[in-house]
Amino acid sequence: MPKSPVIICRCEDITKDEIHALLEQGFTTFEDLKRQLRVGMGPCQGSTCQELIQREIALFLHVKVEDVAAPKVRPLTAGVKLKAIKEASDHDK
Amino acid sequence: MIHTDVIIVGGGPAGLCAAYSLVKQGVSVTLFERNSKLGGQLVKQTHKFFGSEKQYAKTRGFDIAAKLIKDLEPYSAFLTIEKNATVLGIYPDKVVTVMKNEAYFKYQCKAIIVSTGAMEKVLAFEQNDLPGIYGAGAVQTLMNVYGVYPGQSIVMVGSGNIGLIVSYQLLQAGVEVKAVIEAASSIGGYKVHASKLRRLGVPILTNTTIKKAHGVDFLTGVETIQLDESWKTIPGTEKTIQCDACCISVGLAPMHQLLSMAGVHMKYIPEFGGIVPIASDTHETSYDGLFVAGDVYGIEEASSAIVEGYLSGLYVSNKLGMKSEEINSQIADFHQQLEYLRSGPFGKKTRQGLEKIKEARNVT
Repeated sequence: MPKSPVIICRCEDITKDEIHALLEQGFTTFEDLKRQLRVGMGPCQGSTCQELIQREIALFLHVKVEDVAAPKVRPLTAGVKLKAIKEASDHDK
Repeated sequence: MIHTDVIIVGGGPAGLCAAYSLVKQGVSVTLFERNSKLGGQLVKQTHKFFGSEKQYAKTRGFDIAAKLIKDLEPYSAFLTIEKNATVLGIYPDKVVTVMKNEAYFKYQCKAIIVSTGAMEKVLAFEQNDLPGIYGAGAVQTLMNVYGVYPGQSIVMVGSGNIGLIVSYQLLQAGVEVKAVIEAASSIGGYKVHASKLRRLGVPILTNTTIKKAHGVDFLTGVETIQLDESWKTIPGTEKTIQCDACCISVGLAPMHQLLSMAGVHMKYIPEFGGIVPIASDTHETSYDGLFVAGDVYGIEEASSAIVEGYLSGLYVSNKLGMKSEEINSQIADFHQQLEYLRSGPFGKKTRQGLEKIKEARNVT
């Protein structure tokens, strides 16, 4: 029986197999995986999948989880409409 | 740009208590809470707290939240509470951006306290996205806030205090708890909670984890597997437990995102549950004027978050130039309370984590 999917990043619906396929190709940092798969870039901004992915990388590279660099966190923490930013900046003028 | 003395991010126990320390001294505070309710996790905690009277022992979580909110009422002249307000970013010069009701706001302040709390950890197993699989926070919200059954029969994954307490509450609500499973070789939480479950016939299976969820459109059962001493699964030990709900309660991770974004010096500290700031003894981070309190500075009980909140509020008032004998003696008292809370065998992790923070400070 084929294995059922193990969801790692639930925002972007990315499975463990998809992550391992890229690890095998040499994409072994969180930033690499993020650019390929958008993991950690959905609504929760990686707060769910971050440690799961760090763990998969750690197991693959035989290193400690704490030695796997976490992805860079950039503003903003949630989706904002451009309209809202424009209105705020017009107001500031 | 809106100006305020202090911005507090997160209206859980730590944030509310930090606000109290500040407004009491006439410091103007703006507190942002992402949810529609203040109180953080306390609002879904119907159990009575342990510990000493000072941290509201023997009081139920939601009653503690109500009390902390009420304590702030006399100081409303100094306090602005923004609910449904998400802090989007922290920038240099203590500029903070916020979204409220889809509108975007920019603030600037003299000091920031980040008390964002924690996020639940999840597990990777086959079909872990089936409906019926919940985090312990969701189960508590459904059951204790809204009075909705999460399912008829449930398997609890994780035997920490949250897992044990929620299992007991599920039983009280009439849900069948099929088993509590625990990957470690011993029960994580207090034995007094575990014993209550055992007396009611709930098996607690140690060295066991979840391998797979069964079901097509929704959960119909979970497959468990045993682990050896090195946490490797032992083939042939799989067992299926029929259930329509499964609660994952495997710990919390600090909500570090805003701090990491602001460029605060951070470190992964396993004892603290994840990435935390390397803060000073006065809870100040490497970003001048940015302080932390509560679970975002290492996962602990709510009682510790309460004390840390009061403390960091006092540290911030010190930072803003307010110094007095009274503040000093309050700081000393809260310090003592924290030490007491962290003194027992269950405080060992926190003590080790704090040691690692100290080491990390010396490196930088």
